Amino acid sequence: MKLSVWTYEGPPHVGAIRVATGMEKVHLVLHAPQGDTYADLLFTMIERRNHRPPVTYTTFQARDLGSDTASLFKSACHDAYNRFKPDLLLVGASCTAELIQDDPGGLAEALDLPIPVVALELPSYQRKENFGADETFFQIVKKLTTPQPRTENISCNLIGPTALGFRHRDDVEELEKVIQNLGIEVNVVAPMGSEPSDIVNLGAAHFNVLMYPETGESACRYLEKSLEQPFTKTVPIGVGALSDFIAEIETITGLTNLQNKVASRLPWYSASVDSTYLTGKRVFIFGDGSHVISAARIAKDEIGFEVVGLGCFNREMARPVRAFGKTLGCEALITEDYLEVEGAISELAPELILGTQMERHIGKRLGIPCAVISAPVHVQDFPARYSPQMGPEGANVIFDTWVHPLVMGLEEHLLTMFREDFEFSDANGPSHHAAHQPSTVQKENRSEETIPKENSSNVIWMTDAEKELRKIPFFVRGKAKRNTERYAVDHGVIEISIDTLYEAKAHYAR
Amino acid sequence: MPKDAPQLGCADSPILKERGQHEVFCGLTSIVWLHRKMQDAFFLVVGSRTCAHLLQSAAGVMIFAEPRFATAILEETDLAGMADAHEELDRNVSQLLSRRPDIKRLFLVGSCPSEVIKIDLSTVAEKLTEKYSPNVNVINFSGSGIETTFTQGEDACLEAVIRSLPSSEKTQLAVLGALPDIVQDQMMRLLEQLGLENVFVLPQVKFDDDVSIGANTHFICVQPFLGASYEEMVRRGAQPICANFPFGADGTTRWLWAIAERFDVSKAKFDKVVAAPKLRAEQAIAAVASDLRGKSVFFFPDSQLEIPLARFLAAECGMELTEVGSPFIHKSLVYADLADLPATTQISEGQDVDKQLDRVFDYNPDLTVCGLGLANPLESKGLSTKWAIELVFSPIHFYEQAADLASLFARPLKRADLLKVSA
Repeated sequence: MKLSVWTYEGPPHVGAIRVATGMEKVHLVLHAPQGDTYADLLFTMIERRNHRPPVTYTTFQARDLGSDTASLFKSACHDAYNRFKPDLLLVGASCTAELIQDDPGGLAEALDLPIPVVALELPSYQRKENFGADETFFQIVKKLTTPQPRTENISCNLIGPTALGFRHRDDVEELEKVIQNLGIEVNVVAPMGSEPSDIVNLGAAHFNVLMYPETGESACRYLEKSLEQPFTKTVPIGVGALSDFIAEIETITGLTNLQNKVASRLPWYSASVDSTYLTGKRVFIFGDGSHVISAARIAKDEIGFEVVGLGCFNREMARPVRAFGKTLGCEALITEDYLEVEGAISELAPELILGTQMERHIGKRLGIPCAVISAPVHVQDFPARYSPQMGPEGANVIFDTWVHPLVMGLEEHLLTMFREDFEFSDANGPSHHAAHQPSTVQKENRSEETIPKENSSNVIWMTDAEKELRKIPFFVRGKAKRNTERYAVDHGVIEISIDTLYEAKAHYAR
Repeated sequence: MPKDAPQLGCADSPILKERGQHEVFCGLTSIVWLHRKMQDAFFLVVGSRTCAHLLQSAAGVMIFAEPRFATAILEETDLAGMADAHEELDRNVSQLLSRRPDIKRLFLVGSCPSEVIKIDLSTVAEKLTEKYSPNVNVINFSGSGIETTFTQGEDACLEAVIRSLPSSEKTQLAVLGALPDIVQDQMMRLLEQLGLENVFVLPQVKFDDDVSIGANTHFICVQPFLGASYEEMVRRGAQPICANFPFGADGTTRWLWAIAERFDVSKAKFDKVVAAPKLRAEQAIAAVASDLRGKSVFFFPDSQLEIPLARFLAAECGMELTEVGSPFIHKSLVYADLADLPATTQISEGQDVDKQLDRVFDYNPDLTVCGLGLANPLESKGLSTKWAIELVFSPIHFYEQAADLASLFARPLKRADLLKVSA
């Protein structure tokens, strides 16, 4: 057993529902008790879908367990087929049904339905949501694809987007534009937006674009092996990654001079002098592996932040995230324990968190600004406006989104200069935020809060030094405190005075 | 009463009983409000990743404060042997209690998987109570989807609490059901004005070992979904008071009057206490009800609040009832409200969601009360909906909330009129 307060991923059958809900003319019959229907609201409320997910739950009860849950499954399958007339039926079991071992696959087979049936193995006690999505799509592809003649013009499939994906809706639109600008046709986008007949047709494309390794990698590997379709390995989030992605396409297709056909505003926005204040800001990055790697690269190479820590919640991506962490000099944190992530952030005291909705709340508690870069999703991650992460527009969106939580450059200086002004205080938060609230009372509380009395080392802050520390704006105070303590420990100083504070400042000056 | 008033009485009407896909939450969902109501309690669900994910999703994905609930997620190794599971729980509980020394009551909550693999939580709870006594009281109940539906989680929790209470012959009134703090305070003030002494409410905000029950305990439910708690109270010899549930001006008056009668409060005194708040409630409802009068409403089964709320909407707001669905109907509890529904109302129990969706489109009601999974899909087909879960989370009981309750139903209708763009 594992004690868990919050989880980053749902169970694998939620991944299967994400695939089914993204597709058309597919229906999933899930052997599951009644409470499992909560999954519907993820789609209808968080993603604001206007249709129920195409899922029939058998909703067995305790009294059915003694008698015949298998025939309940069969009749649910039968009724679902007759009512919804799908072109493809998926069958599977949630965690509880896995224990009663009714074999949904065998039962569905016995019904002899006139459509293909894919039986899903979703090991609920070992694997999680992303695995469930990846496995479900892989099984559908394996069942339906056959070799097809390639399209006359160079074409590709976009693989990986699902329902309830972080910005999948807009990433698809953006990437379609990018691909078409390169003079390449988009054959099929799947799973989201496709129907079973499209999956049959996947083989007509010349190559695959793997948009989301978390949900599409197994299918791409299978297609590479069975249909000799190469696939792109770089996720085109960020300017550098987009360029690498296009280089991959050049290699795969033999086309040349594709690089100039896309442009983002991010490079100029980063180069313009107003962005100078972003230099070396310490960021902590956490989320799913793919988004974390993309974000770390952008943070370091395209905005000029310092990545002080990173990690991911999906163990499947542990290896590449660890490897990428090494190149930045960071030990990657691979965990799905929310409290462990909170501990790491609190220890590192970054100036900005790039994380999930969970880290947004950690940031709120610790007084550290946060921008969201990855699932798990929240209703706010489905904005009405066009807001992709991929492609040139994605890079623009990312620049804006990451800079927004920060206090703006000139304001940073003014806050330091006019530290004693009772109406103009760092405790009020960035002035361009709605929550900005000038209040002297709040200021006092904030100063108390952000200097915790205890510290990890055994050094003691003298009263004068502590007062001086409070004069440093809160968004750099954590770093100043940390550096000073480290300096004190390294130099055998037990009591931190004002001088120690400034000696440390000089020592760590950059 | 106007001349064309419909004939009342659904108490003996045939109930449409359905057994198909149930589009409802499981009892674990009750933890979302119970853990806030009981300030020294912690709820440890023994279940799967699905249980943890459900709680997180039902709690609105995130809660700002650290929640007083968690899941001990079963892993492959736990499915093998039983002795193992007990040790594992012991380890999880000690980890938890060392992190949260403020916990006085620990609820071990059974789930679908823990029940299917037959983890005996009552034995574990006994052993843990011995181990942590007197600092922590460990109680178990089931919130599993194979045993409980949504609000039945609170029922199962209270039933377990009642079972653990000592006996006494004290003459007292017990009120069963979790209420928002402000509403509970209003209720206590009314009962005090009626001259009642020795009133206690379950669940308790803080654990108080003075609470006891016995033959001289009279009890009344403030929520209609407490069937098992009701039965357990009766088994313990307590005497039930049954009435309409306290929604709206009339519902509240009848609920209070049933208590007043039991405790021999004079009619004159009763009238004096309720006159002002009752009039206030009636006037406030009238202002909102103009938007509801003559409009039709359909209830999907959700929280078991459906029958009392349908009575309120029909009798006090002038709405027309089409179908009123409830996951379970405890007749001993909702008899009075059922008897007050127009005789033409279709009452249904259980669910076959696809068939019920067919019926809602046939009725084409002005307002549909349903769960979160159905609301947006129905809105997109042109039906105005009211999320049922809001009725569980909002202050809606007693006089001062009567108009707020009516407003919850009126708002979607008003909104539909207000918007001049079609989706």
